Amino acid sequence: MDRVPILKLGDILIISIQIDLDDQSVLALQEDLADSVVTHGARGVIIDITAVEIVDSFIGRMLATIAATSRLLDAQTVVVGMRPAVAITLVELGLSLGGVRTALNLEKGIALLDHVRGATS
Amino acid sequence: MTVDADVARRRIEELLRENETQILHRWTLIAKASSEELSDIYRALLTSLEHGGDLADMRGLLAELSRSRARQGFTPADTARAVFGLKEALYEAVESDGGPEALRGFIWFSRLIDDLGLFTFETYTTARERIILDQAEQLLELSTPVVKLWEGIVAVPLVGTLDSARTQVVMEKLLQTLVDTGAEHAVIDITGVPAVDTQVAQHLLKAVVAARLMGAECVISGIRPQIAHTIVTLGIEFGDIVTKASLADALAHALRRSGIEVIAPKATRLAVRTENV
Repeated sequence: MDRVPILKLGDILIISIQIDLDDQSVLALQEDLADSVVTHGARGVIIDITAVEIVDSFIGRMLATIAATSRLLDAQTVVVGMRPAVAITLVELGLSLGGVRTALNLEKGIALLDHVRGATS
Repeated sequence: MTVDADVARRRIEELLRENETQILHRWTLIAKASSEELSDIYRALLTSLEHGGDLADMRGLLAELSRSRARQGFTPADTARAVFGLKEALYEAVESDGGPEALRGFIWFSRLIDDLGLFTFETYTTARERIILDQAEQLLELSTPVVKLWEGIVAVPLVGTLDSARTQVVMEKLLQTLVDTGAEHAVIDITGVPAVDTQVAQHLLKAVVAARLMGAECVISGIRPQIAHTIVTLGIEFGDIVTKASLADALAHALRRSGIEVIAPKATRLAVRTENV
């Protein structure tokens, strides 16, 4: 089973999804991420889906679940690099990812996290 | 074909050939068309009758006639009537002949001309439909520009009625532009949209949510008073989507959101100051 690597950058965790996710990898990723957030005391999580071309409702729900889990652990989640086709698919599926913040690319995602933390601290 | 019918048919062909000048003259008067065109068709008709009724040439000429008359502003009914005029022109020759073969042949000929007349009608409709299809396609390509208003702000001025196909094209183009330019603010201007119903509103909302998913903020502008009224009457909820009355308001909003302040000092010149966010 492929595992998605979780990178640490300061107090931000970065996940770049570059493989076709199956259900097992998704569940493993959710557990790994929750562990990492607690271990590193991360304040922000960035999920980069630039390489993801196909989504289904399961992946859409995964993003929402990760965001909810991280928020419980006091970390903000930002989904970055969503492709137009993916965005349209998610809208058609009726998933608007209410609680998830989004940014156009990784750079803007990090800027957004800095901005949010600047506002709250 | 029975012997009788064959005889009748040959009699008509003879009549057509013998009285060519007279019938053609009469036909030109009835059809009110140029005599060259008609005589071409007439000759093609004679040739195709000689060659056992292969009407391919004939149809080609009729299609040409139908097109040229459509360009001159004739209705397809006029063109068909012009073709039917040949029956009347021939009938005089048949009447003076008076034989039973000629009369029986006239029925056969009449059916043939009916077919040809309807064929001109069909040509006209096909040509029309092709034009309409082409135009719809061009409209789709032309009417969806995405313009850059400012660094990081793009706008989509929508003009004309929105349907599912068009909104899909607009949405894809907008989202692709967001990726290409890295713009964080988008303005969808619906000043040119004549009416907003539940379906159009649904399409707009989808576009906004999709843009939001990609990390861009969308503002809808150009909502005219009647349209605002319709939207409220229909009970459409725009939720937390920002709407503005004019494109200028939307631009000002987007500039403010991206931390750019536009100040107008005493003179009319504009000064622009960018803050680091």
